[in-house]
Amino acid sequence: MSTLNPALEHAHDHGHGDHHELTFVQKYIFSTDHKIIGIQFLITTLLMLLVGGALALGVRWQLAFPWQSMPILGQFFYGAQGGQIAPETYTMLFTMHATVMIFLVIIPVLAGAFGNFLIPLMIGADDMAFPTLNMLSYWFMWPAIFFFFLSFVFGGGQAGWTSYPVLSAVVEAAPGSGHAQTCWLMGVTFVGVSSMMGSVNYMTTIINMRAPGMTLFRMPLTIWAMFITAILQAFALPVLTAAGFMLLTDRTLGTTFFVPSGLVINNSDPTVGGGQPLLWQHLFWFYSHPAVYIMLLPAMGMTSDMLACMSRKPIFGYKPMVLSMATIAGLGFIVWGHHMFTSGMNPALGMTFMISTMMIALPSAVKVFNWIGTIWGGRITFNTVTLNCVAFVSMFLIGGLSGIYMAAVPVDIYFHDTYMIVAHFHYVLFGATLFGVFGAIQFWYPKMFGRLMSEKLGKIHFFLTFLGFNGAFFPMHLLGMAGFPRRYADPYVHPYLEHLVPVNQFITISAIVMGSAQILLLFNFCYSYFCGEKIGRNPWGGNGLEWFAPSPPGHGNFDVLPVVYRGPYEYSSPLVTDRDYLMQTDYLPPPDSESKDETDEQKT
Amino acid sequence: MRVFWCLVFLAVPILAVLSCIYAEDYGLWFPGEAETLLGKQIDDLFYMINIIVTVTFIGSNAGLCYVIWRASGKQEEGGKAWFCHGVHSLEVIWSIVPACILMFISLYQLDVWMQFRVRTNYPTEAAAKPVAEVTARQFEWRIRYPAPGKDLQLQPQPDDLYTVNDLHVPVNQPVMIQLRTIDVQHSFFVPDLRVKQDAIPGQVIPIWFNVLHNGEYDLTCAELCGWGHYKMRGRVVAEPVEDFQAYLVKLQAEQSYDGVANEDSPELAQSGEE
Ligand code: HEM
Ligand SMILES: [Cu+2]
Ligand SMILES: [Cu+2]
Repeated sequence: MSTLNPALEHAHDHGHGDHHELTFVQKYIFSTDHKIIGIQFLITTLLMLLVGGALALGVRWQLAFPWQSMPILGQFFYGAQGGQIAPETYTMLFTMHATVMIFLVIIPVLAGAFGNFLIPLMIGADDMAFPTLNMLSYWFMWPAIFFFFLSFVFGGGQAGWTSYPVLSAVVEAAPGSGHAQTCWLMGVTFVGVSSMMGSVNYMTTIINMRAPGMTLFRMPLTIWAMFITAILQAFALPVLTAAGFMLLTDRTLGTTFFVPSGLVINNSDPTVGGGQPLLWQHLFWFYSHPAVYIMLLPAMGMTSDMLACMSRKPIFGYKPMVLSMATIAGLGFIVWGHHMFTSGMNPALGMTFMISTMMIALPSAVKVFNWIGTIWGGRITFNTVTLNCVAFVSMFLIGGLSGIYMAAVPVDIYFHDTYMIVAHFHYVLFGATLFGVFGAIQFWYPKMFGRLMSEKLGKIHFFLTFLGFNGAFFPMHLLGMAGFPRRYADPYVHPYLEHLVPVNQFITISAIVMGSAQILLLFNFCYSYFCGEKIGRNPWGGNGLEWFAPSPPGHGNFDVLPVVYRGPYEYSSPLVTDRDYLMQTDYLPPPDSESKDETDEQKT
Repeated sequence: MRVFWCLVFLAVPILAVLSCIYAEDYGLWFPGEAETLLGKQIDDLFYMINIIVTVTFIGSNAGLCYVIWRASGKQEEGGKAWFCHGVHSLEVIWSIVPACILMFISLYQLDVWMQFRVRTNYPTEAAAKPVAEVTARQFEWRIRYPAPGKDLQLQPQPDDLYTVNDLHVPVNQPVMIQLRTIDVQHSFFVPDLRVKQDAIPGQVIPIWFNVLHNGEYDLTCAELCGWGHYKMRGRVVAEPVEDFQAYLVKLQAEQSYDGVANEDSPELAQSGEE
């Protein structure tokens, strides 16, 4: 490491030398340190990943072996139903699966865990702008988890994660969902509060607290992604929160925002009121389409950074990458109607949404090409990080392309609410985002804990997950082709679906393989904490500011205040000859005054 | 290991394309030819997009596999990676070309959509005389026909005919149905006809289609409507107009059957009505 002056490691002159002793609780539990909060988010979301995965396996069991009792587990979980999964249990399972995965895994793992951990480190700040708010943003996850859990106890939300009224608004519509649906809404509200606090914090931090020299266009793409995500959240979330409250009052106070008059539900008295159920869909998707990008953009940013580092090459087309993320975010606000093509909204509106949806595929395509360009002419080794990043690109390609079929309105008439949709969003959300996250865990783990994660375990985990994932989700496209509707507790009552049982069994087995593989990830995570190889500041030869800080960084992050001289992607720069990276903090005098070699000497 | 991992990523496009090619043999493709005119157009559109997407998919994957193969060999070859921040002309090409293709797809398909949904394009005959009103409820389809020779009214009439889960329509002519729900949201989905339309509480939504062949087609619900969502199995029966008329007459006979009709010809029970 020729970049750091060892003498400076002892420097305590930047204002954070005066650590006063923190108690264990202050340091690790109610911590205001962004790194601890990030790690808290990470561990919580990884545990929730297991919960969500288990719920999904319940769904898969029923689809592969309808009405058969699950070996061993069946008696344990569904003993009261003779080990069978009753249709209302099935409905609850997929609702809660999506809820946990979206609200408690993907959104918090990206913005919460990596956003928190990386933003200050990558822009050279000593912490977030509002550390206490940051702490609260983590702790507001817990009421959300509590309410989702409570909802579960009461029988679970039964209206899908999209929670369309009237099903979700009128208690009689889903027997047993009385308190459950209400708790579900409370949970969503708390998640919203938590994300909102994070979002405000990230925007402020990124705008105000960048190290000297860190201009906007020297920021790593991860930071751009987090910034854009935070903006998306800030503008979209209030809409969901408002809608959630309206639905909550519809359920509890007798308002009728979403309930038209005269409905006879389950033989109850006709409803009164003049609400409009489509209003919910508009409000919900106005949030939830941007939200799917909230669930993707940070992973795109992180993958860009990892790919550049692993290819030892500058990112291909930095500005187009930033621009395409911004375009995705901008267009993301005007495409929500593509979830409602068959809803009976004004067909002219449908056309508008279709064109904007087609157009949003463009920046996605540009990004894919640029990632391929980044690897082009690079120098990679297939370590776990590279594998996960390449998988990200490869899987995102499939997910993005299947979006095109569905963006074509007439074709979507057929595909809407079939397994085609399920395949599509699992390819983007699992295939892209989660592989990105797996890569990111491996990549930044050394910064979090000062040790490398096991490569061997990482590769086995990757291989099994990749295999299981494709085995589980690719055939879903074909189920969608066959017109297999989603959210059916027993699709095989329909003769045209009877022959699809074997495919579903194959999918379920693949899903079990994939699910079990996640135990390896958890094991690797814990095992490496104690037994991983200890490493220094910059194990990957990265350029970003985070690699300039100690591993793990102490309170206040940097022992020397970083000054930024260049962008984060100067890998294999001809300006240095002895190594293939050039950190953002490396100072090189103007080339005309001295030769390169001397420059480097001087620096060291 | 280098070869192994490259093969893993190469396997993705190969298996994907192969499985799509052979899917039809295993019943993993459209459940059959589209049985409506618009359905055929939808299928054509699908196949056109499919070609564009497949070419893009194979091309991009070839690119990806090529670059990871070359880049992973660099280690042995020695030397640094290519120091390159991007190629402007490439960026321009791969922004403009996809943009044109996407724009083409969007504009090309508008026509089908307009035919299906825009009111002014509804076939006039069918729109003037909807054959039936389909009301979804948890968890069945209730069907209301006007009495033979009468037109469907928005309000139920005393002589309307009712069935459950069994919609008959005349074949080979555009027909319109009025879709409603009396409780939560449902969605009227007939895979063979490529027809899908949500039933929204508080709204009456017209749908039209033109079934090309006689037959029975599965009717399912495509919008989560509660625990019994999967159970909403119905059928659409397309039959020649005469049969359809006869069916209505028979229905009427059954409905107004007072229990004392002539045993030989129960359908005469309708006599009082006409
Ligand atoms: C390449 C551009 C994309 C296009 C053109 C596209 C298009 C669409 C369309 C038209 C639908 C609605 C289908 C239907 O319900 O009938 C849809 C659903 C969905 N998309 Fe995408 N999509 C794209 C990328 C993404 C990305 C990047 C994500 C997430 C990271 C995503 C996540 C989802 C989800 C979660 C749903 C389903 C929600 C639900 O109904 O439960 N999509 N997409
Ligand atoms: Cu969307
Ligand atoms: Cu339904």
